[in-house]
Parts: sequence; C-alpha cells; structure tokens
Amino acid sequence: MSEAETELAAPDAELFDYPGARDRTCPFAPPAGLRALNETAPVSRGRLWDGSTPWLVTGHAAQRVILSDPRVSSNDKQAGFPHPNQAMAENSPHHPLTIFNADGADHTRIRRMMTAPFTRNRMEKLRPEIQRFTDELIDTMLAGPKPADLVEALALPLPSLMICALLGVPYEDHEFFQEHASLATRSDKTAEQDRAAMEALGGYLAGLLQKRMEEPSDDVISDFAGRIKAGEVTLPEAVMLCMILLIAGHETSASMITLGTALLLQNPEQLALLRETDDPKAVAGAVEEILRYLTIPALGQRRIAAEDIEIEGVTIKAGEGIVVALPAGNWDPAAFPEPEKFDITREARHHHAFAWGIHQCLGQQLARIELQVVYGTLYRRVPTLQLAVGFDELRFRRDDALAYGIHELPVTW
Amino acid sequence: MKVVVEEDKCVAAGQCVAAAMDVFDQRDEDGIVVLLDENPPAELADDVRNAAAVCPALAIRIEE
Repeated sequence: MSEAETELAAPDAELFDYPGARDRTCPFAPPAGLRALNETAPVSRGRLWDGSTPWLVTGHAAQRVILSDPRVSSNDKQAGFPHPNQAMAENSPHHPLTIFNADGADHTRIRRMMTAPFTRNRMEKLRPEIQRFTDELIDTMLAGPKPADLVEALALPLPSLMICALLGVPYEDHEFFQEHASLATRSDKTAEQDRAAMEALGGYLAGLLQKRMEEPSDDVISDFAGRIKAGEVTLPEAVMLCMILLIAGHETSASMITLGTALLLQNPEQLALLRETDDPKAVAGAVEEILRYLTIPALGQRRIAAEDIEIEGVTIKAGEGIVVALPAGNWDPAAFPEPEKFDITREARHHHAFAWGIHQCLGQQLARIELQVVYGTLYRRVPTLQLAVGFDELRFRRDDALAYGIHELPVTW
Repeated sequence: MKVVVEEDKCVAAGQCVAAAMDVFDQRDEDGIVVLLDENPPAELADDVRNAAAVCPALAIRIEE
C-alpha cells in the first residue's frame, strides 16, 4: 500500500458504522453519531456490516437530490450494492425484477401494475372500515384481561386485516404469513431462513394466484391473476410483487402504532393535544410528525451510482454504493428546526419516512389513514391508557432491523 | 397560477390529491395524476404549491 493510500485509509477508523447504536435511554432518537453527521457533512463515507464503505447521505436536501437522480440505480444485483444484511446480499441477486430493484422504464411498468388499488381516494373510502376494525379491536382489548399487549391487540391485527382485505388473502391464515413477514424484516436471519420463508410465502401466494385465475374476485391477487393470463407478468414476478405488498403492509404500520403510542405516553402534553383536538387536519399533522420523528425504515434506502455524480463537494464514482440514511434526513435541523423536539403541531409533511423519489412508498396513503384513525381513536376511547411496565423495561428491536419497532407494548388503563 | 403535470414522471404516490383534492385526482386504472383544474383559483394557491412540493417524482410544475 502506498503512503497516499495509507493516508486515505487512516480516517476509516473514524467512519460511522451505519445504522449505529441508539442510546437506550432515548430509544426514539437516531444514534447521536448519525445525527452529528448533519452538522459536519451531508454526504460522507460510512461503514456497513460487511466492512464496505459506501456513501452515507444524511442531509435532507442531499437526500432529495440523490433520490431524484436517474443516475442513481436500485439494481441490487450489481457488485458493490450496499445490501442491508448478509441474507439479502446472498439472496437479492436471484430475485425477479420488482419495484424495489428496478430502474427507469422497468420500474414504471411494474409500479403501474401495483398502484391502482392504493390511490388516495380508494384509501379514503376504506376509512369507515378501518374505523370499524379499530373500534372492534379496542372493544375486544377492553373486554379482556389487563395488562394487554398493544402489538397483539391492535397494532399488528389492524394493518394485517386491511392488507388481507385489499389483496384477497384470507385473514384466517394470518399466523402463517405474519411469522414469515416478521422474519423478512429481521437482520439476523440466515440466507437459508430467508429463502425458506420466501418459498413458504411464495408457494402460498402462487396457490392463491392460480385459484383466482380460475375464479377471479375483486382484489389485488385477482388483478395480478388477470395480468398473468394477459401475459403482462409471469407467475414468479406476480408472486414476488404480491409478497412485497403482504410483507410491507404489516410490520411498518404496526411499529408506527406501538412506537407512536410509546412516544406519546412519554410526552403527555403532546398526547393531551392530540386527544383533545376535533380537527382531522390536526390529527393528520400529528401523524406526519410521528412518522418523521420515528422513521421506522431506519436502514434507509440503498442505491448504487450508475455514473459519476458530483454532490456537496464530493464525487460519488460509478459503481459505488449509496445509503440514504432516512432517520438522519428527518432529524436534519436545516429541514426541521430543533429536530429533537417532538411537536405534533410542526409542519412535517416534507419528511422522508416514506422515502422520496420514484420509489416512495406505494402504500403510504393506506398507512396514513390507518394511523389517523388509530391515533384519533385509541387515546380518546382509552384516556387512562398507560404503560403496564417501566419505560426502561420495554424491549426495542435491534438497530439493524429493516423496520425499527418494539417487541411488545404492555399497556393497562 | 397555471399548473402543469407530467404523467410520464408520475409514480401515483397520491400526495397531490391529499394536498389539493379539488385540483388533482388519480386515474382509476393506474393511479396516475389527473389535473382537474389547470388554472386553480387564488384561494387554492397554497394547497397547490404544497402539492407540487410534496410530489416525490417532481411531476408537478407551477407557472405563477
């Protein structure tokens, strides 16, 4: 190694190890080391689990530039792609094209097969049903023993019921697919476990798709079954896309319900503001602030540069990995003054909790309405809701989980 | 205020409809943006600017 290379290599010791470790006394905040990068460099080298040193994009403005740049690719089959964990590094190169790994025209073609059921107005029409499910789940919780686990009582069943209804997946099978969906978001899964879970879910969804090719109904699986018959998509592609919808619809919204409740219970003045408002816009605003503050997809968006890109005084070379650290962007003081202040009256809609650019979350309007209903209902119906254990006894998910969250939330009232 | 939308860029995130439902809608078949009013009245101007600002695909342009 030449002297110049030694000099260049030396600062590696200082690189931030993404995603970093949260301070357990402040489990809602992104790691201090990650937040510090907002003060020093919006784009800088970081280090991942495998020792690779891709670019970390932490600044909110820089995240928008990178996630909107067509020279920035999502092709996770390319060498140098910054995979979130070992299992995904091994398995992703073998997956068919999806909304996650496709670029440009391929991405547009695939995404447009999936967007129709999730339009804002279609989701708005589901609001009464989301309200009914929410009320019924709260009724059942209140009629049951204290303490209750909010994960099992409300946070997981609600998004699960809704995504099942939209997809046309029988909710009776929820234990089966929740178990596999849960594994998908874990970082400590082995490549074999990951493949086994995907094969189990894939076989199940392929069976449903084949059934709906014979007997179509009014749901997303039937829509894909029709597209298979029309030759627009192959069965393995359709299985993968349905699996993405089924998995993505679960843990993320569930985490927002449980972590959001824990956050509100720790901030009683904000909880009181939310409980006492009759203004749907105020509740909607609170949802955006909680999305910003918690940024559940803590592993960020993974990309690879297809060409050299100049940004913020650095050159990202073609073939280099890029990690868009969403929690850092959502806590960037340049975009959100006093980001550590949890303030449900803040204008927070420009957050990146659903990412940014062409890959922004497909199910975001469903998630928003679920959260508006839950946050607007739970604390009003159960005004004495409180943690049944000490705050320091709560078990948070690992920092490198694909969806940050909490294992269980024991509550009483 | 004149609003221009680029259907090719649109990714059907639904953000514009959430921000300004009197000005934007989404096609039933694929969720792509439909411009309901290309010259929205002054009282909707803030909502429309907000819609353009939250579009993740930068598919909405405003000519003041």
